[in-house]
Amino acid sequence: MEALDEIKVRIEAAIPGARLEIIPNPGPANQSSLLLDHAHASTVARFLRDDPALRLDYCSNVTGVDWLERTVKKKVKVKKVVEGEEKELEETREEIFSGYLEAVYHLYSMAHKHGPLVVRLRTRDRAEGAHLPSLTPVWRSAEFQEREIYDLYGIHFDGHPDLRRILMWDEFTDHPMRKDYREPDDYEYEPTPHDDVLEKAKQHYVPRPAQDGTANIAAQ
Amino acid sequence: MASAPPIDEGLRSELQKQGIWVTSMQELYNWGRRNSIWPLQFGLACCAIEMIATAASRYDLARFGGEVFRPSPRQADLMIVAGTVTKKMAPQIVRLYNQMPDPKYVISMGACAISGGPFKQGYNVLKGIDRYIPVDVYIPGCPPRPEALLHAFMELQRKIDGQKLTGTGKAAFLDKTVPSEFPVPAFGAHDLEPPANADVFHPPKIERH
Repeated sequence: MEALDEIKVRIEAAIPGARLEIIPNPGPANQSSLLLDHAHASTVARFLRDDPALRLDYCSNVTGVDWLERTVKKKVKVKKVVEGEEKELEETREEIFSGYLEAVYHLYSMAHKHGPLVVRLRTRDRAEGAHLPSLTPVWRSAEFQEREIYDLYGIHFDGHPDLRRILMWDEFTDHPMRKDYREPDDYEYEPTPHDDVLEKAKQHYVPRPAQDGTANIAAQ
Repeated sequence: MASAPPIDEGLRSELQKQGIWVTSMQELYNWGRRNSIWPLQFGLACCAIEMIATAASRYDLARFGGEVFRPSPRQADLMIVAGTVTKKMAPQIVRLYNQMPDPKYVISMGACAISGGPFKQGYNVLKGIDRYIPVDVYIPGCPPRPEALLHAFMELQRKIDGQKLTGTGKAAFLDKTVPSEFPVPAFGAHDLEPPANADVFHPPKIERH
């Protein structure tokens, strides 16, 4: 398969107006991915599937990611005039990246036996009812996995043929894989609690009754 | 025998040598029941594989009269809760239990059925089936070996053997005031409703500071 930046150039030539971004992954896997914009996601997906050199006809996996808002501290060198002299000083600046939900698609080619190509879609924010275009019309295998993402992360896929919960029951209103999910408090009986569970179990503790004699000692 | 027969054991043995077998109705009834426990045929997770192994030829549950796994709760005496009970599955388990005729027994097999096991802190796993239905025998293990299930089966047989049919302290299934059906939990917005049946579930109060 071609390098990702070559693919990006070819897509941009074939589909005018498509805004693509390469998300680098500097880890040992070194598996960079392609971020698609909402408006052209379906067209780009069809190009990836039908282009004779790529033929990415198999979507093996779709998964969701919840990215919280994060602040990154950066040290910046600033030139300032201190006591009539120009000096170079270091300043820390905080940059805030807003949170978003993400769907990640792993694409392979059965025809050419290559892959994976990783494609990402990001929502605007983490608010309830975040929307993404569905890629199920392009790869049918994404149907259940997009339903799972809807169930566990709460991303609504526009154009999905049958967007219902798949793992949790229909009456359930939460999205348990989101990082702000709080599970119901049923920690009445925890014989060996630790860490977070200990904090939850403590709310159910019964105070230890005063042992014989302690009342007398207190009275003296 | 847990319940002493109202006849002298020596005399009974002597009579038996002469070809006269003396017994009580209770003894005969319990003997029949304990040697033909029909389990409900259903499995939930990996514990079910051990349950299948127990029923198969190597461990042979048939030696204890428990080989007739019934595919209908109407014909079953014993429910072996073998595996992780998810919150989505729990109402169906309670419904199956309600459909079983009395007398009925429950074996909670493995860490998951007892307390949720390794999945206890998950959002989707029930923290023990004893939150909704009464359990007769608990088997720890992940999963328990077939020998452990056989042991639980023998413990259950011992329990059945000790059940009285008449008088004070008679078996619960003969007492009309003791419920044999329990409310099926409903799917709620955040959890099962109620999260536990207070009439059945009595967690030990932990006294700590």
